[in-house]
Amino acid sequence: MNKILQKEFHVERDDYANAGMASSQIKSTLKQVGVDPKVMRRIAVAAYEAEINMIIHAWGGVVYLDVTEDGMIHLIFQDCGPGIPDLEKAMTPGWSTASKKARELGFGAGMGLPNIKRVSDEFTIESSPAGTSIFLTFRVEE
Amino acid sequence: MTIQQLIEQTGWKPVTKDADVTKEIKGAYCSDLLSWVMGKGQPDQAWITVQSHINVIAVAVLREFSCVILAEGAQFPENVISRAEDEDLVLIESDLPVFETARKLIELGV
Ligand SMILES: Nc1ncnc2c1ncn2[C@@H]1O[C@H](COP(=O)(O)OP(=O)(O)OP(=O)(O)O)[C@@H](O)[C@H]1O
Ligand SMILES: [Mg+2]
Repeated sequence: MNKILQKEFHVERDDYANAGMASSQIKSTLKQVGVDPKVMRRIAVAAYEAEINMIIHAWGGVVYLDVTEDGMIHLIFQDCGPGIPDLEKAMTPGWSTASKKARELGFGAGMGLPNIKRVSDEFTIESSPAGTSIFLTFRVEE
Repeated sequence: MTIQQLIEQTGWKPVTKDADVTKEIKGAYCSDLLSWVMGKGQPDQAWITVQSHINVIAVAVLREFSCVILAEGAQFPENVISRAEDEDLVLIESDLPVFETARKLIELGV
């Protein structure tokens, strides 16, 4: 499938101050290709949750954004580890290993991954000690 | 109602300079857990919270909230205020607890 747009964004470990930067860049990039505002809102939720998880639970990583000719938006969040030992637990609403520091800031409700799954049209997660990858697809038109 | 009208009728303090107070407020959402806010908040709502750190701005902007109301007489740090100004997001400080702050909004018909 031909790509009409391709970009990547870097996310740093523990960089709370800039958390959300990649997500807002994704949002402004997609504005240029004319994405339905409702779809855009779902993408913003998913991107933010996945980005935050890379910052607070993982050692940073890269976000890949592709828009293909068939009107699909593909997002891949790939981090550098340490991975999620039990994906089923991780996907359970309310389950969290967030640090005390993260919880004080209002993270750690255990709702991030369930939110991502709910708002995306397609959701796949893979994890090993080498890292976690989340593959998301959205249709440009709702 | 608009943010401007809310400020006039409550006396709460807008701490951002130049951010757009003509925006409409359509309802409100109260929570301090960011993933609940992300999952349940709706565009144009006022977000009532006691969280005042930098990540509040990213959440409010991505969620397209009308404004953020910090309850309990808490104060936004300077770096948070300037980030909000960059994003054209209005931050308001209320001296009332969350429940009373929300009640005020309801009384005003938000
Ligand atoms: N990229 C990741 N790398 C390692 N562990 C992760 C990653 N993403 C999620 N996890 C694990 O899965 C758990 C659940 O994630 P989820 O995003 O649902 O909740 P949370 O981040 O703990 O809290 P919230 O997102 O509500 O602030 C996390 O607590 C963490 O243990
Ligand atoms: Mg999370």
